[in-house]
Amino acid sequence: MRGTLTVGAGVVLLLLLALFQPWLRFVSTIALSTGLAVLGIMLLLRAGQVSFGHALYVAAGAYTVAFLRPYLGEALLLLLAGAAVATGLGLLVGLFVTRYRDIFFGMLNLAFSMVAWSLLEKLYSLTRGTDGIRVVRPSLLGLGLDGPAWDWALFLLALVAALLAGGLVARYLGSPAGSALGAIKTRETRLEFAGISARRVLLQAYLASAALAGVGGAITALATLHVTPLLAYWTHSGELVFVAILGGTGHVLGPFLGAVVFELVRVHAAAAFPDAWQMILGFVLLVIILSAARGLAGLLDDLARRLGGRG
Amino acid sequence: MGLLLLLATLDGLAYAAQLFMVAVGLTLVFGVLKILNVAHGSLFAIGAYLASTLVGLAGAPELSLLALALAAMATGAVMGPLIERGLLARIYEKEHVLQLLVTFALFMILEDVQKLVWGVQPLFEDAPVRLLGQVEVGGIFYTAYQLLLLPGVAAVALVALTWFLRRTLLGRTIVAVTHDREAATAIGIDVRRVHLVTFTIGAGLAALGGALAAPTTSLVPGIGVQMIVLSFAVVATAGLGQIEGAAVTALLIGLARSLAVYFAPELEVVIPYLLMVAVLLVRPAGLFGRTVLQRV
Repeated sequence: MRGTLTVGAGVVLLLLLALFQPWLRFVSTIALSTGLAVLGIMLLLRAGQVSFGHALYVAAGAYTVAFLRPYLGEALLLLLAGAAVATGLGLLVGLFVTRYRDIFFGMLNLAFSMVAWSLLEKLYSLTRGTDGIRVVRPSLLGLGLDGPAWDWALFLLALVAALLAGGLVARYLGSPAGSALGAIKTRETRLEFAGISARRVLLQAYLASAALAGVGGAITALATLHVTPLLAYWTHSGELVFVAILGGTGHVLGPFLGAVVFELVRVHAAAAFPDAWQMILGFVLLVIILSAARGLAGLLDDLARRLGGRG
Repeated sequence: MGLLLLLATLDGLAYAAQLFMVAVGLTLVFGVLKILNVAHGSLFAIGAYLASTLVGLAGAPELSLLALALAAMATGAVMGPLIERGLLARIYEKEHVLQLLVTFALFMILEDVQKLVWGVQPLFEDAPVRLLGQVEVGGIFYTAYQLLLLPGVAAVALVALTWFLRRTLLGRTIVAVTHDREAATAIGIDVRRVHLVTFTIGAGLAALGGALAAPTTSLVPGIGVQMIVLSFAVVATAGLGQIEGAAVTALLIGLARSLAVYFAPELEVVIPYLLMVAVLLVRPAGLFGRTVLQRV
């Protein structure tokens, strides 16, 4: 009950933000798409695994939109294609990386994303290198929108996608498969003794995370209408991990809460300190981890519990 | 064709030497501390930048080699204890995922430290390479620095490290801690000190790799990332914690990479990882690694 209430409050807050300032509509859309990708990172963190390379799947979703746009005019189809390509790539890489845990899992993901980044930069004839590819604005549900109408439509699309994904992930985490995922972190061998293949459980979560990142990347491409190799660079992967920890992994709201705060701060801070942005993120990350905090979602939970206790 | 092959081999040898020094530090630190330092590549980069600065300050080319050594030692001696005492010592008992996140956060911080101290413009300082001149091999002229000094230092590092670990008291203490931390503590070994010494040596090796690489390449933001990813590929292919294995694998990956540079340039970035994936598919614990038993 409290969960539904919090989600409702969050949606209203976002809508108000988007109404209040046009540029906040864009920031909210980007925040929701970041939140989608971070939701996938959260799934992996539940299994005690961290991927330093999930920007790979964000880039896969975004570049799919850019590559297919000349042949496809419908935003929803582009979104689905982005998710499908990211999931396919996730299967290819996932079959390999889910054989590993901890260090190998994290670093292999980083390695694959850096290979993808180099290829996006180097294969100029295909990807236009660091210049990136411009995306012509597609139609949505057959409607040729532009200006504020497009911004609104995209924002609502991102919101619907976020609500859907959040609901699905919450159900998954509550299901037996979700419990098995958590068991990978605590005692994987016992999971195997119970007759459950840990590798398959992790692969399912990995595919879900790739698909979520792909949707996030596709929405980002539709919002910015421009894709560059930076989408796949390690700093982007690092930001996803950062937002996951900032938001907290205890609740599906965490990633979105973290993403909204992160994007709002970034609008101002990244411009003010372009060469120290990663450093600030690193320090905040250290503080959260070393103080064993449970992120913003944990903070909210504590607050709700305290209020509930009094009332 | 033959000349190109020779050139590619020499390039590969020089590159493998740098790669080995960074990778062996990474694998040594992992072997003892059981922590993979994601910021290891940043230590390589800081060593390289500091070397470039010191070579510039030294002025006289005769002093430039000394400047390289000084840069490596200074980076290792300052950054090593700072990171180990200040950060890692707090997280030995934590979960793996948190340890990874902490070194990743450190990596994010150090990448920006480089930008803040040395800026984002490419730096190039090749006085040490010019100082040593060129030598002729099989009809081509190659810099003595890359042909002799780099592989020479890497070989000395390998021999010195294995001698240190197998023949000296401190080295054998380190090995004892690698095998069984609790038993080592029980017989009175100061594990804290072993961690500190090992991490400092590892940091110094990364910085040495960076300092020696500095005169051969332009220093730009991002070299640290490339190095950590590539040296992880070396370490993973060899098997985590394997020192001689890291040398063999660095040679393998270094040569494969430079052959790709000459004969299939678009594959250059992919080759090392293709090699790694191929090896790991057949031997999940790496070429020289052993599978560890899982505790239930």
